Amino acid sequence: MLRPFALYRPTTLPELGDLLAEHGGDAAIYAGGTELLLLLKEGLIRVRCLIDVKRVAGLDAIASDDGAVTIGATVRHRAVEQSPLLLERCPLLAGVAAHVANVRVRHVGTVGGNLAFADPHSDLATICLAFDAAMSLWSRGGERQIPLAEFVLGAYETARREDEIVTSVRLRPWPQRTVGAYLKFGVYERPTLGVALAVTMSPAGQVSEARLAVGCVGPRPRRFTDVERRAIGATAADLADAAKPLADATAEAVDTVDDLHGSADYKREMTRVFVRRAVAAVAARAAGREFDERYAHAVVV
Amino acid sequence: MSDTHTPSSCSLACTVNGRAVALEVPAHALLIDVLRERLDLKGAKRSCDMQVCGACTVLVDGAPVSSCTYLAVEAEGAEILTVEGLSHGDTLDPLQEAFIEHGAVQCGFCTSGMLMSARALLAEDPVPTRERVAHHLRGNLCRCTGYSKVIDAIVACGRRPEARA
Repeated sequence: MLRPFALYRPTTLPELGDLLAEHGGDAAIYAGGTELLLLLKEGLIRVRCLIDVKRVAGLDAIASDDGAVTIGATVRHRAVEQSPLLLERCPLLAGVAAHVANVRVRHVGTVGGNLAFADPHSDLATICLAFDAAMSLWSRGGERQIPLAEFVLGAYETARREDEIVTSVRLRPWPQRTVGAYLKFGVYERPTLGVALAVTMSPAGQVSEARLAVGCVGPRPRRFTDVERRAIGATAADLADAAKPLADATAEAVDTVDDLHGSADYKREMTRVFVRRAVAAVAARAAGREFDERYAHAVVV
Repeated sequence: MSDTHTPSSCSLACTVNGRAVALEVPAHALLIDVLRERLDLKGAKRSCDMQVCGACTVLVDGAPVSSCTYLAVEAEGAEILTVEGLSHGDTLDPLQEAFIEHGAVQCGFCTSGMLMSARALLAEDPVPTRERVAHHLRGNLCRCTGYSKVIDAIVACGRRPEARA
């Protein structure tokens, strides 16, 4: 059961700013509620009021400019999944959105809510890291942008101040000749592990840029720039051969923690297994082949 | 201006199974409680209470939602469809007929959620593949049937022209 609360529904950012200033820690920002309402039902957090941001104008758009793509905070997973703009510019993100939780959560849950809640067991933050995501935050004092990698501080912890709201996330779509893959694994509702990998191939057929992010296994998702650098210059065939050493290097560097999804050691081992598979998937796609391997309790996007 | 609700007085005007409904509900009222306790529609079941099992699935403007984790006030102005609204009098929805024909029901606890979820899918994709049905039903748990017969029923229903509502 939910304890009583007041519900405010501002329609502009200044109104929202006033409400945040007035209620501060007594208020929770409410969008889809897919995470917040669970916490409230369990009594894990207690607030006097919810501030619904869904009616604030301008937060629900998906737009592109200057080569970047911006997804508004109140855009639903379902809209990401079906957005023609994202299907064209960031198709892997749209593909991952189609596998977030279940169809009911996708209809209601929002991009901003997901990222701001910073549940470690989330696909969105991991895949967004591979798009060099930056968060836009708004407060009465002004706007700021912060890389997603710095925004997520730990499990359920972000750099958002109490007087701020997330207004959008900005992604850098991959250049031409980029192939990617996202592999998720888990037997529970939330993913136990997510691996995002993308490589940009030069006209000569060598990796010119690589992006590798691993999430869910530790307190926050992260990129592995050392491993990315090792892939530079590889051909598709080289990549396929390098799957094991790249996976080993990632497994060595990853921070894992014990939780209900498994022990830290288990997650390190699963990181090794799934990075190897992700490299194999991307190597196949870089060579122009379909990757049709399927794995138990896993999704390949 | 902000549309400010206080805990004791939220007006909710919506359509439930084709019938106009106007109620006063608290801001913290969950849709499942309004449906079950205020409108006496017991089809949506509270089970996991955390958006995992799908037993509480209802459609809000055609979209499946977990009524257990959905504020009733969000349904303001919306058309809500529950399992009670699927049939027309004694005439069952083709989806319900398909569930019966294929034996897609055992204990029945998940069935109303399964039906609502499937109804939303068929509106979007009238002739879904088995893979599409399985993907769509990922959030509807059944502990009796093993899913095969449920999927059979939905796929078969999609192939009937009269079912493509």
